[in-house]
Amino acid sequence: MADLLPDVDTLIAQLADAIRPGLTADTALVGIHSGGVWIAERLHQLLDVTTPLGMLSITHYRDDFSRIGLHPQVKPSRLPFEVEGRNVIVVDDVFYTGRTMRAAMHELFDYGRPALIRLAVLVDRGGHELPIRPDFTGIHLDIPPGQNLTLSRGDDGSLIMSLA
Amino acid sequence: MNRQLTSDGYLRHLLTLDGLPRATLIKILDTAESFMDVGEREVKKVPLLRGKSIFNLFFEPSTRTRTTFEIAAKRLSADVVNLNIATSSQSKGETILDTVDNLAAMHADMFIVRHAQSGAAHLIAGHVAPHISVVNAGDGRHAHPTQGLLDMFTIRRYKGAFHNLTVAIVGDVLHSRVARSQIHALTTLGVPEVRVIAPKTLLPTGVEQMGVKVFHDMQTGLRDCDVIIMLRLQNERMKGARLPSAQEYFKFYGLTLDKLALAKPDAIVMHPGPMNRGVEIDSEVADGAQSVILPQVTYGIAVRMAVMALLAGGVAA
Repeated sequence: MADLLPDVDTLIAQLADAIRPGLTADTALVGIHSGGVWIAERLHQLLDVTTPLGMLSITHYRDDFSRIGLHPQVKPSRLPFEVEGRNVIVVDDVFYTGRTMRAAMHELFDYGRPALIRLAVLVDRGGHELPIRPDFTGIHLDIPPGQNLTLSRGDDGSLIMSLA
Repeated sequence: MNRQLTSDGYLRHLLTLDGLPRATLIKILDTAESFMDVGEREVKKVPLLRGKSIFNLFFEPSTRTRTTFEIAAKRLSADVVNLNIATSSQSKGETILDTVDNLAAMHADMFIVRHAQSGAAHLIAGHVAPHISVVNAGDGRHAHPTQGLLDMFTIRRYKGAFHNLTVAIVGDVLHSRVARSQIHALTTLGVPEVRVIAPKTLLPTGVEQMGVKVFHDMQTGLRDCDVIIMLRLQNERMKGARLPSAQEYFKFYGLTLDKLALAKPDAIVMHPGPMNRGVEIDSEVADGAQSVILPQVTYGIAVRMAVMALLAGGVAA
């Protein structure tokens, strides 16, 4: 199965090409911890986005908090720009049920009212549970529910997709 | 028997910092850090405790602690009910546990308890149903764990670490639940030198056994300190004449700019409040550049949010 997984750098380059035409002066990229932030960092560079990179930790907005509690590694959210009226592109590594994006939108609106929100993901793995779909997708893969598709980052900064 | 942790290490209640492992303390401080930005946003709320009911049970007056617990609960989207028991059914003769049972019947999820008797929060924690958590917001002379935690959070924010610090706690240690919680936390977090500075009449017997160095004068005690924690002179807890007068106390143990100069130049000054200006602390120090007394109050909200979120979420350290 491992050889079926695409090269992450290629996917990020494709994603950048897809996003580029719609960029405006006040577009902001916001990565979702942790994998989404890694990809957003790359896109931020590739696309020469001038607005500082934002990071979201959706830990405080999860809908499964009462079942699983707080995530042990809570990383703070950081949005170093005015959200009000801005074009925001949320970036995540894997799009699955859509619950992460629901939480991310909820959190974004607590910072202000964006003009629009788009979603860019590296992989759409199917299995959606909410009426939310990505606007930019690196690749569609049909991954069965029992399997876990994760992005990891090596010490040298290289990004690798793996399936377990 | 540690009633605060479940057998698999989850925080169940927060009653005292005595015996809480270092990992749990660090976990609470890290979680508090993640809540710091909530107070600065357009909408100062996260939905974590939506639908939970938190009861502030204050059997003893309090402004700062009750208010910051209330704000913390509201920022987590919980519903908060404040009960000032001194003016309610307790004065009609109801026992504490009957009061608690009645509130539990109103579907409480958490009790925040302040009481003049040591052990009151433990008593309630031992009585409530398994889904209810209890936070001790100060019991007698025993413990005030969230104050201790917010003090540790403040120290970490200003000093970055604990392993290289000298911390002095000055004043009425005898009557202070805050001092006890601070000493437990400081020693657990690995502060190499914790000092207490007070006249003999304001120190509990055997205080050395808590792992502190005892000083009776400011001149030697404050030397080279990184952190100075002033305690309030607790007039309302004073029985008999432990001190000649407030003026006399200020002369020897009040923190003035002169005495502060004995500590390291970048030493920070803390106080749990409410302050008695001109008794334990001079206004020039309280309002001075080295004072972090108001940041302590702000941090108290994030720390109390962390404690409530961890209790309601039931997460292993």
